[in-house]
Amino acid sequence: MAKRIDVSGLTAYYGSHKAIEDISMTVEPRSVTAFIGPSGCGKSTFLRTLNRMHEVTAGGRVEGKVLLDDEDLYGQGIDPVSVRREVGMVFQRPNPFPTMSIFDNVAAGLRLNGNYKKSELGDIVEKSLKGANLWNEVKDRLNKPGSGLSGGQQQRLCIARAIAVEPNVLLMDEPCSALDPISTLAIEDLIGELKERFTIVIVTHNMQQAARVSDRTAFFNLSAVGQPGKLIEIDETERIFSNPSVQATEDYISGRFG
Amino acid sequence: MDITTKNTEAPPPAPQPTVAEQKRAARGATRPGDRIFLGLSRGSGILLLVIMAAIAGFLAYRASIAISKDDANFLTAFEWNTGLLPPKFGIAVLAFGTVVSSIIAMVIAVPIAVAIALFLTHYAPRRLRGPIAYVIDLLAAVPSIVYGLWGALILVPHMTGLFGWLDEYLGWTGIFSWQAGAPRSMLTVGILLAIMILPIITNVSREVFRQAPQMIEEAALALGATRWEVIRMAVLPFGRSGVISASMLGLGRALGETMAVATVLSPSFTIQTSLLDPGGGTFAQNIASKFSEASELGRDALIASGLVLFVITLLVNGAARMIIARRKEYSGANA
Repeated sequence: MAKRIDVSGLTAYYGSHKAIEDISMTVEPRSVTAFIGPSGCGKSTFLRTLNRMHEVTAGGRVEGKVLLDDEDLYGQGIDPVSVRREVGMVFQRPNPFPTMSIFDNVAAGLRLNGNYKKSELGDIVEKSLKGANLWNEVKDRLNKPGSGLSGGQQQRLCIARAIAVEPNVLLMDEPCSALDPISTLAIEDLIGELKERFTIVIVTHNMQQAARVSDRTAFFNLSAVGQPGKLIEIDETERIFSNPSVQATEDYISGRFG
Repeated sequence: MDITTKNTEAPPPAPQPTVAEQKRAARGATRPGDRIFLGLSRGSGILLLVIMAAIAGFLAYRASIAISKDDANFLTAFEWNTGLLPPKFGIAVLAFGTVVSSIIAMVIAVPIAVAIALFLTHYAPRRLRGPIAYVIDLLAAVPSIVYGLWGALILVPHMTGLFGWLDEYLGWTGIFSWQAGAPRSMLTVGILLAIMILPIITNVSREVFRQAPQMIEEAALALGATRWEVIRMAVLPFGRSGVISASMLGLGRALGETMAVATVLSPSFTIQTSLLDPGGGTFAQNIASKFSEASELGRDALIASGLVLFVITLLVNGAARMIIARRKEYSGANA
């Protein structure tokens, strides 16, 4: 059940520090949107406002609106916990639960969400691991700890864990930056498959990656250190990388900047 | 003459450094500072072992003298009469009292300490964390005799209400029956010990919980975990071995606590089936109260009992290490 994300006038703060300012964009369901920009431009912060993980950091708060289809994530009486059950997330460094087996890692979100029968749980875990292209590698050792896998496998395990709860949106915060090129390729292929079912937003520092996996690309920038990050432009990926409408974008992607 | 001829002839090849020498050179162990430090650290390590062995040897020797003269069974006798001829003494009551009071202390202190540590690391507002942690640190620094006096003067009189209640509702179990008399019993001792070991368990647990990796907590949060679920999924499993170690530190203190127990307990060489009836004793309390007036044999007998306490402590520590090692594969260390 992929959903559309509609952000309008979003400003995020850490305490008194304004991290991003006045961002508006629309992310279509069943598409991949990539966020690029220099370090500190607020693209990760913006990503984290989309599932209210931003609030976990002390002093984190936002102004503005984030609509998931028609539901305002920051509306009155919306529990951030329920937002995160709808909007899954994959992090920069693979972070499987070290004290849990591979099976339990994938089942962790399901166990939070409700009661499943053992056979149901087994089916969903298998489906999720297949969805993350990991099943064949781990099917014989589901009861072994997830931390025993390689980095790339761990990241795919984290993706399986995120998609097991059937989120509407999948956020990925530089999911390949800690991985080798082959594991990166595996994740990129996976993203291509996952966009059939989910709305995907990915932050990346690798512009070739943005060009390879995304349908649309958003460029973020900041005018100076300490200034809030802003959305410079968002457009079809092809256009951003061939003929962007803003000079700063062209400077950034051609390496003349940052 | 010899020397000059040698010098004019082909000079002997410079000695090739052996592999071991090269390694040593690479380590830099040949520098004087390194050599002095190596000697110092190795020497103090050896000295420590020698002192430990000497103490153990001395204690074992004195204990063996006492045990050989004991007319009763040293492990099972319910009396401590070193002045008799032949002397009769045994540690059964002391072992029972030590273990029971420590178990009571652990049962009370560990859950509370873990709860306080979790509150401080995950629930308390940031500006409260420092002050509360500081107060708990202070509690750990209070001398045990002060706890003992507080226990005797304030805790004991206030226990009558709790004892009456326990006797009324749980008296049928036998463990919580109360035949009146001052509440200077194992339960009071256990409660006082719990208060005494609470700070150390809290502090160590707090450190462990604080080091639970942020990225694992975020993984749980991103799955839609509530704060308690984050603690259950990401913090408690990670801190498990640390909490066990913290508890062992507390248990060590409870097993060996002397003055506080001696001040609060009204000792006797009987095993009370009820935790509420006064009587019993612990190793450390027994040594403290008897040592100054003991004869030579009496002292040796007390040393023998101290050795048993030492063995119990070793066993407990070994058991804890086994528990920690058993699930190492799943420990947070692999993260």
